[in-house]
Amino acid sequence: MARSALKSLQSLKDLAGRASRSGGRPADETASDPLIGELRAALSPDRVRSDGAQKALMKKDASVFEGGVSGPLCYPESTAEVQAIMKLAEKYDRGVVPRGAGTGLAGGAIPLGAPIVIAATKMNHILEVDLDNRIAWVEPGVINLDLTKHLAPMGFHFAPDPSSQQVCTIGGNVANNSGGPHCLAYGVTNAHVVALEVVLPSGEVTVLGGLDAEPLGYDLRGAFVGSEGTLGFTTKVAVTITPNAPDVRTLLLSFDTVRDAANTVSAIIAAGIVPAALEVMDQRITQAVEAYVGAGYPTDAGAVLLAEVDGLADGIKIDAERIGDIGRQHGATNVRQAETDHERALLWKGRKTAFGAIAQIAPDYYLHDTVVPRSKLADVLEQIYEIADRHDVLVMNVFHAGDGNLHPLLVFDGREEGKLDAVHAAGAEIVTASVAAGGVLSGEHGIGVEKQAYMDLMFTDDDMDHQARLRRAFDPVCRANPGKVLPMGHSCADIAALRSVPADVWG
Amino acid sequence: MDAPKQPLLAVDDPVLHAFAEEVGAEGPVAIEGNRTRWHVGGDLAADARVIKAPTGMVAYAPEEMTAQVRVGTPVAEFHAALAEKGQRSALPERGGTVGGAIAVGQNALSMLGRGRVRTSVLQIRYISSEGRIISGGGPTVKNVTGFDLPRLMVGSLGTLGLLAEAVIRTNPIPEVSVWLRSDDADPFGIAATVLKPSALLWDGTATWVELEGHGIDVAAETAALAASGTFREAEGPPALPAQRWSLKPSELLKLTGAEFETGEFVASVGTGTVWAAKPQPPRQLNRAAQLLTHRMKAEFDPPGRLNPGRTVETA
Ligand SMILES: Cc1cc2nc3c(=O)[nH]c(=O)nc-3n(C[C@H](O)[C@H](O)[C@H](O)COP(=O)(O)OP(=O)(O)OC[C@H]3O[C@@H](n4cnc5c(N)ncnc54)[C@H](O)[C@@H]3O)c2cc1C
Repeated sequence: MARSALKSLQSLKDLAGRASRSGGRPADETASDPLIGELRAALSPDRVRSDGAQKALMKKDASVFEGGVSGPLCYPESTAEVQAIMKLAEKYDRGVVPRGAGTGLAGGAIPLGAPIVIAATKMNHILEVDLDNRIAWVEPGVINLDLTKHLAPMGFHFAPDPSSQQVCTIGGNVANNSGGPHCLAYGVTNAHVVALEVVLPSGEVTVLGGLDAEPLGYDLRGAFVGSEGTLGFTTKVAVTITPNAPDVRTLLLSFDTVRDAANTVSAIIAAGIVPAALEVMDQRITQAVEAYVGAGYPTDAGAVLLAEVDGLADGIKIDAERIGDIGRQHGATNVRQAETDHERALLWKGRKTAFGAIAQIAPDYYLHDTVVPRSKLADVLEQIYEIADRHDVLVMNVFHAGDGNLHPLLVFDGREEGKLDAVHAAGAEIVTASVAAGGVLSGEHGIGVEKQAYMDLMFTDDDMDHQARLRRAFDPVCRANPGKVLPMGHSCADIAALRSVPADVWG
Repeated sequence: MDAPKQPLLAVDDPVLHAFAEEVGAEGPVAIEGNRTRWHVGGDLAADARVIKAPTGMVAYAPEEMTAQVRVGTPVAEFHAALAEKGQRSALPERGGTVGGAIAVGQNALSMLGRGRVRTSVLQIRYISSEGRIISGGGPTVKNVTGFDLPRLMVGSLGTLGLLAEAVIRTNPIPEVSVWLRSDDADPFGIAATVLKPSALLWDGTATWVELEGHGIDVAAETAALAASGTFREAEGPPALPAQRWSLKPSELLKLTGAEFETGEFVASVGTGTVWAAKPQPPRQLNRAAQLLTHRMKAEFDPPGRLNPGRTVETA
């Protein structure tokens, strides 16, 4: 992801500043550091890194946020090694931050308080495909798309398909409860995780959930999914595998305005049709994509709607026709159905490379992620264009329209004086407008450090207190991914963890 | 820009506030629905004060596929309101209330078609052990904001909070629904040929399939089933024995009926739920999960006043 290093929100700067001030020596940890020595003995010398170049990479994920300097970077290969790391973190009173591919957009994987980084990179094996139970056991570092490719000859796939699926890991998907275009009909990651092996912050290993129909006990697997690395490190995941639909139809509807496209989406759902996917792109993004990959989108349309239905041939023919009709009733100027697999693949390629296309326009972007009721899509989009205009920031919209999940993309050049402040100001207004419309802070990217300051737009102090209780039951000292999700003041132990970095250890 | 004056999920419903008052902050207290699953998780302590959750639909937006309902509402009543707009939900309809269905967390017979209870609860409101109103999740169909309290509440038997109100995801009622029965089909073969049966039941001899969707698809699948056996239309599912077992789907492949006292059972192929006369031998959480369970209870209900006597560890 080509993007210049950006400074982050004030609160985050303070946090990272505090983390690094608590250190002192701005250099590599030396091999004589006892923690590193013990980690190397537990793993192997080459799988515990502490050189500056590696650590500099770990400071960031795909968001605009930058963390403090991390502690040692560990590349475990087994559950036992993750356990050993967790035990050493306890012994040396350090935090840990789980890391997948670093494609997170909320700063979830950035280090705060000099944590030990536990990277899933080397735990990347598909362990078992169990057709009788329709699940696959995978290690957390398995790349999302690799699993689907592995399942293809068997006629199955892994349903959650984030646009980043060529690089993001299943462990990251679990931690962020990730979604994707096809989660409209099939459900987000949480619906596809049946069991998890987890190394708890205490170092204990447990399995949450189970392959049986209704596992005993509280739904701790459900609580873990979406917890953004704050409840422990998942070392094995049992995911459901979904049979490939026998037939699929992909439609591209063109509109003069984004409003017409949004209203069509709302009308399709109101008509009782739940398509496999409903994605909207506005004219700016459509033009950028066309210039980038030439997917065959009309560049003169105000917006396009990519609609897909899958299932049995006859039924989806009916659905496709109804979607076309609803579109025309709501102002579609053109309805086109992909005639070949190639054409269909190209339409999806356009959608999934939308973010790559942005690099052609400006060096930096900030991708937001809020959800609004579908019937409010058109109104909130109108507000978003107005907000961006007022702050003199270019906004493009490409989003999971079917479930009201907006992805306003603020495109800018971070080198321009004051631009980043304008981007943050516009972002804050967009988030606030979404919540005011009855929406939520995040549909799939999570809270991380990005939206901590907005949590009180949705939740009362009592609500957040209860979220903190859930957290504490897993992690009483907030060792796992300190400083994330809940705002400061709602997870006091986090602050303690950030401060507890020993003064003589480089933070 | 009109910023919200108070958090989106702050509660202004006087009914919920009255309910919180009733729960109070002291003394053992339990909630009753229609007592259809009253003994799941153990018997209630004798000294517990028993109250009822508030009732009524708060808001229903068919075009959003969401319904906000107070959980004392009977599921049948809830579903009747949804049906008026051509929708339904994943909650099982067995004479109980919405709150009971969420607290017990068991799925409907046709869970393959209607979805699972655990993924259908979008937002939850409950009264805490301290007598406070707590909201978790959010009102939209997609949401990852903060820790997932709704998931924790599904199947919690009211031991972490007394459920008051929920936003439930709704789904369109398919154009056609039919039950078919065969006495000579292999249910496991069918699972591999029918794309999405809404239910697939087997009692060791007979097989029941529920097919739903467009009429034209259902007709095509019915025709395709002829290759696996002789199917005829049935009134509905078979009568279910009283006890519920939770097995792995693969374990059903080995079922002979010898496991159950009477030899009689009905198994839900593809999910692993089995109904039998005899209860399932006790299951046990592993040690670490048990510890987590105790810590969760201690965090949410330090004095242990909510639904005393009940535990999720033996359900
Ligand atoms: C171009 C682009 C497109 C995207 N499109 C989508 C999209 O369509 N839908 C969507 O939902 N997201 C999308 N994302 C966001 C991101 O890809 C997802 O959140 C993804 O699941 C993160 O996976 P990762 O492996 O990169 O995790 P990371 O970024 O490395 O980590 C994310 C979080 O997971 C935690 N974590 C990682 N591994 C583990 C583990 N083993 N155990 C416990 N915690 C762990 C980390 O601590 C962190 O909090 C997109 C991102 C980009 C850059």
